[in-house]
Amino acid sequence: MSLSLNLRELAKKPKLLLPGHRLCAGCGASIIVRQVLLASRGPVILVNATGCLEVATTIYPYTSWKVPWIHVAFENAAAVASGIESAIKALKRRNAYKHDQVDIIAFAGDGGTYDIGIQALSGAFERGHDFLYVLYDNEAYMNTGIQRSGGTPRGAATTTTPAGTVIPGKAEHKKPIADIAVAHKIPYVATATPAHWADLIRKARKGMEVKGPAFMHTFSPCPRGWRLPPEQTIKIAKLAVDTCYFPLWECENGHWRLTDRSLAIAKNPKLKKPIEEFLKPQGRFRHLFKPENKHIIKELQEHVDAVWEDLLKRCENI
Amino acid sequence: MSELKSWREVPIAGVCWKLSTEFKTGDWRTFRPVIDQEKCVKCLTCWIYCPDGAVEWNGERVDINYEYCKGCGICANECPVKAIKMVLE
Amino acid sequence: MATEQRVMALNGDEAVAWAVKQCNVDFVAAYPITPQTLIVERFSEFVANGEVKTEFVAVESEHSALSACIGAAAVGARAFTATAANGLALMWEIVYIASSLRLPIVMAIVNRALSGPICIHCDHGDSMGCRDAGWIQIYCEDSQEVYDTIIQAFRIGEHPKVQLPVMVMLDGFVLSHTLQNVSLLPDEVVRQFVGYRKPVEIEVPYLGKVPMILDPDNPLTFGPLDLYDYYFEHKMQQHEAMKNARPVIKQVNEEYYKISGRKYGDGFIDCYGVEDADVATIVLGSTAGTVRSVVKKLREKGYKVGVVRLRTFRPFPAEEIIEALKHVKVIGVLDRSGPFGGFGAPVFLETRAAFYDQADRPIIVNYVYGLGGRDMHPGLIKQVYDDLLKILETRRVERIVKFIGVRE
Repeated sequence: MSLSLNLRELAKKPKLLLPGHRLCAGCGASIIVRQVLLASRGPVILVNATGCLEVATTIYPYTSWKVPWIHVAFENAAAVASGIESAIKALKRRNAYKHDQVDIIAFAGDGGTYDIGIQALSGAFERGHDFLYVLYDNEAYMNTGIQRSGGTPRGAATTTTPAGTVIPGKAEHKKPIADIAVAHKIPYVATATPAHWADLIRKARKGMEVKGPAFMHTFSPCPRGWRLPPEQTIKIAKLAVDTCYFPLWECENGHWRLTDRSLAIAKNPKLKKPIEEFLKPQGRFRHLFKPENKHIIKELQEHVDAVWEDLLKRCENI
Repeated sequence: MSELKSWREVPIAGVCWKLSTEFKTGDWRTFRPVIDQEKCVKCLTCWIYCPDGAVEWNGERVDINYEYCKGCGICANECPVKAIKMVLE
Repeated sequence: MATEQRVMALNGDEAVAWAVKQCNVDFVAAYPITPQTLIVERFSEFVANGEVKTEFVAVESEHSALSACIGAAAVGARAFTATAANGLALMWEIVYIASSLRLPIVMAIVNRALSGPICIHCDHGDSMGCRDAGWIQIYCEDSQEVYDTIIQAFRIGEHPKVQLPVMVMLDGFVLSHTLQNVSLLPDEVVRQFVGYRKPVEIEVPYLGKVPMILDPDNPLTFGPLDLYDYYFEHKMQQHEAMKNARPVIKQVNEEYYKISGRKYGDGFIDCYGVEDADVATIVLGSTAGTVRSVVKKLREKGYKVGVVRLRTFRPFPAEEIIEALKHVKVIGVLDRSGPFGGFGAPVFLETRAAFYDQADRPIIVNYVYGLGGRDMHPGLIKQVYDDLLKILETRRVERIVKFIGVRE
């Protein structure tokens, strides 16, 4: 089934994530999920790790899911998906499975992926199971109250890395999770944001079509945790890409390509915005604008620039 | 909370038995989006960005489903022709 | 009645692997840990030689092993895994989740001591540690029973009124690594006995009556968030399922007898010398064999002693134990796991609690033995019986909980 990127065509598809879920007003994760499901080409089975998405969409006895869905625990979305994928093979072998093709999609936050979930993720990648893993990265353990994760950027204030007088926010840089996925040599890895919806949907479809593990690192703005007005979710995602804080790329069998806005910036570097523009609207970075913390902004800019330069060298389509 | 059932009445394994469409999140909002249908170019930008799927396209016009709209304001903020205003409830 | 069977020299782990081979298991995910490794290795050979149609996934940890089994069982596959000690400890949260999701996964536990210090030898601390996780728990005395019980486990767990996962225990090294002549039923007979897994149906208003699996045609939601309004009710359902398991365990024991010629007591307990006994012990697992030989010798000398081997620990067969032992004057409960801070060790606590309401209840004492693989040889068992006979005579208990075989 070919993918249409025409919104009016997409709007005809049945709603697979129903309204009435209890995610915050303006939550990036729900936009991402809606868009990923629009990319589906047939039946899907969803696995969801513990986190905002799982909790807010399935408060017993209510469910927002019109697709088969399972939540087991925090760190094992990839392991559960592995079990589903292999069991379906076994059932097909004895002609006990009626669907020719089902796409298995695992959704997990940065909580269930970067840190506690990395073992299961790595194992599933190494074994080569055919599934798509979508990481919705809101850059902290949001569901338990905004604690830092491996995905929290340098300098961000979280409840476990507060903007203190001695230690002003998280000391460590964001773990390069998508690079880790590429290092596993899986067939498809991509980054995406819900603001760049056509890019996200195209990549999600590719991830489903690819044989073997596919990984999508999606940028999920969190109005609550980032101290941002809820209507800014899409704008901040655009700024993340415009400042090259979150570049849009895909890596297919080791071949890197920039996409969408990031490709435009690579071709016209004048479009690249300074990191302050991404940091300023967010309350979690407010303390960085004090004179004693300005060096952190400089460090962040250097880090973003270094990663961007490295990416430019690797990408084959500039 | 829903009308509470005994353990004998609910399905086993904790399987959910109600769709969330029965839970109206529309009462969350402080501001409601109002679409100026004259200005609206039916690009569906609001539809693709709505976290709650509360924007409806029936093939002819775009409407907000106020039963679920949480009033986040993304639609108004992203509308390319500024056809949506956030109005205090 | 009993069918023509093939005898093979197998160790306990191999007996497990052969049973799984014959049971039309769709999915196995396992991570090696001594003394379970031989199960995984033998099964891998079956897979590599195309002797089974099972999908075998060599996962990266025990936690992922049971998680993958849950995923597999949730799409309707028959799933199996095996572990021991720290492997079980690592998958502990998932053990609870598997039973709450009512998935009839079968897991072999090769009983081994929990670290630390790290000790690979036989101890029941691991399976006793998750006795309240909502799994059916059956302890086997020898490799023959291991083979038979794994086959029965699929029938018990998958019964529509049960729908619970089942743990089958075998003593680490004592059973797992020693050879025994095991009679294997023909493939066809086992296949007939267990069939293929048939998921139960569930009814939800927005779909009607549908199979309880992850099915794109009937999208169900498994594993929601419970608040304080429903968690208790969900646990009651598991409690009820345990009650339903009781007649099923007995029934499967009987049915299996018909095809194999073997049964294990009534499925719950296996009694020896108890009918006229004044003194008896309750014991689990392979030690029961040694106890029986000591009991035989004592009985030959005229002592009225007996032993009950407790096979099914969960659900705990209180009624059956009371019925079998209510006339006995002194009961010694042998536990192969420690009572750190508790009034006594697990089997003792259950037994004593069960007897509390009996008018003329026996004196019940606890002997903790065999921790970390400490051998429970006939000499030590005789010590236990000497002690019990002394209590019978003096009617005095100097210490309710004693530790047998440890250097004081």
